[in-house]
Amino acid sequence: MQPDLECVNLTRRFGDTVAVDNVSFEVPRGSFFSILGPSGCGKTTIMRMIAGFLEPSAGDILIRGGSVIDTPPNKRPVNMVFQHLALFPMMNIADNIGYGLRRAGMPRAEIATKVEQALERIGLPGIGERKINELSGGQKQRVAIARCMVLEPDVLLLDEPLGALDLKLRERMKVELKALQAAFDTTFVYITHDQSEALVMSDDIAVMNEGRFEQVGSGQDLYYRPDTAFVAGFVGDTNRWAGRIERTEGDGIELRTDSGMLMRGAAHGRVLSAGDRAEIFVRPEAIRIAHSAEELSHFDNQMTGRVGSILFNGAASRIIVQDSSGNGEIEVNLPQSGEFSTLTRGSEVQIGWSGAQGNCFAAAVS
Amino acid sequence: MRAEAKLGFILLLSPLVVWLSLLILIPHIDMLLVSLRERVGVGEYRISLANYLTFINEPLYLRTFIRTAMMSILATTITLLIAFPVSYYIAKIARGRVQSALFLLCLVPFWVSELVRTFGWMILLRETGIISNLLQALGLVDGPVELLYNDAAIMVGLVYTSMLFMVVPLVTTLESLPDEVIEAGYDLGGNGISVLREIIIPHATPGIVSGCIVVFMLSLGNYLTPIMLGGKDSLWFTELIYSQFIVRFNWELGAAFGFLLLGLSSFIVWGMLKLTGQSLEKTMG
Repeated sequence: MQPDLECVNLTRRFGDTVAVDNVSFEVPRGSFFSILGPSGCGKTTIMRMIAGFLEPSAGDILIRGGSVIDTPPNKRPVNMVFQHLALFPMMNIADNIGYGLRRAGMPRAEIATKVEQALERIGLPGIGERKINELSGGQKQRVAIARCMVLEPDVLLLDEPLGALDLKLRERMKVELKALQAAFDTTFVYITHDQSEALVMSDDIAVMNEGRFEQVGSGQDLYYRPDTAFVAGFVGDTNRWAGRIERTEGDGIELRTDSGMLMRGAAHGRVLSAGDRAEIFVRPEAIRIAHSAEELSHFDNQMTGRVGSILFNGAASRIIVQDSSGNGEIEVNLPQSGEFSTLTRGSEVQIGWSGAQGNCFAAAVS
Repeated sequence: MRAEAKLGFILLLSPLVVWLSLLILIPHIDMLLVSLRERVGVGEYRISLANYLTFINEPLYLRTFIRTAMMSILATTITLLIAFPVSYYIAKIARGRVQSALFLLCLVPFWVSELVRTFGWMILLRETGIISNLLQALGLVDGPVELLYNDAAIMVGLVYTSMLFMVVPLVTTLESLPDEVIEAGYDLGGNGISVLREIIIPHATPGIVSGCIVVFMLSLGNYLTPIMLGGKDSLWFTELIYSQFIVRFNWELGAAFGFLLLGLSSFIVWGMLKLTGQSLEKTMG
């Protein structure tokens, strides 16, 4: 099937800086696509180019197979939910939602029905006469989406719309956004710097850094099989050490970190050879913790250390283990069974993890 | 403690009260009383509406009154039409240093007195002035042209004098409109005109109204510009007031004229607020 949105070699320069550097991707129909990246990586620039507020320096944007490069923003079959929502404060809610329909020249009666349907769809029936500032943050969010969805765009762009909400509401809106996307059955392109938003909602995620896409894939791909060191470090929490490779053996490698720890990792098909500078990433939840070394005998990485500090955070509680041989620090997730709840600072623990969990990447040349 | 606080409040308020009552309240009450008396003999007065009747029965007064109101409304409209794009450019399109430089450029003419500014226009517009000479040099006209002393010259002067008072409130309100909202207007299918009509103007209404009120009042009560640029052929109502007080020494009629002007400006401002659905608190606060 033809993709809803396709960007071909999209490039945008601002003076000498390249904000978006030769990016190509396609978004299949009806999917939830996220662009995830730190601020300043160029994701907003991509969004604004798709919406038509910025002209690409090179490349093409196709929507349902047709180029929209020469189409002004008000004629493009894409709509955008802005970062601060940009609801029109001078209009009531019904007029806000009906704005686009009025612009399209739809008869009044029809607009009223459509607006009422849209309000029902977002679970806020009968609030059309209310003012924008009478709504809560989450309600505004839904109105902003409804305002775009009544126009039945081919692609809906969302520019970090959850950024301004508080944590609890943000968690709820993540689920709600995903449900709305399914209900409207429209292609969503969502940009965010918050990895959990991207992971929870998206079918596909593109991780962006310095104007380029580092990796495009599902949440699981990015989390478990990162292609680049940047993705491994950016998506999810991770331990990260730089060091020198001492030995390679098939896919497995042995690396001595700069802090002196020796650990086994996996190259996962990347070309690495002994003597190379490399970085190794191990997720805190991949590391097992035990009282005695025997329990960890099946792991090829085993270490003894002392608890440096305990970071209690409910289900996501961690400890920082001070390696006994060197002065490295390792973050380890505490199991939720509570069997280690008696750990205190300074107690001795055994930790271990499988070498396959240690993702190795050649270190960036610097 | 409470009594002390009350005393402090009264003390703080007293300069304002003294200022308001001495300079605004008492003179106005006195003016009202003066306007309501009629001279029947030497040093003999009685209360009557004779002065107001004179105003209604003398076509010159009435016509000048209406003309002044109409010209002021026109001047306000022209000022708004010129100031709106200027303000929009300053507030939304210009960035950084250009923005402050442009704003400063609007302000600079106000560093000299109104008198000097008006003389500037006279230098440009008079028969032997720059524009007249330029037109002759270009061969567009045969002899010197007099551009001063007509309604158009007054209009130019009034618009020029009041421009800043329109630009400042407009820039302030337009700056408070997020770019996102304008972009959303385009994104949802609006074109330039509909975004202007449905989003920018409704948002800027408080600024437009407050700018219009100030400019209208300034034009209506302006004395210098109409006198100097309008000459004898273009009467302004303030000139009539001046001549009653100073030339004819008829304070009674002058006071009546003053009150009529006050009533007129209050009425038009009230009408403007009603028409746009704004309140004074919203536009001035």
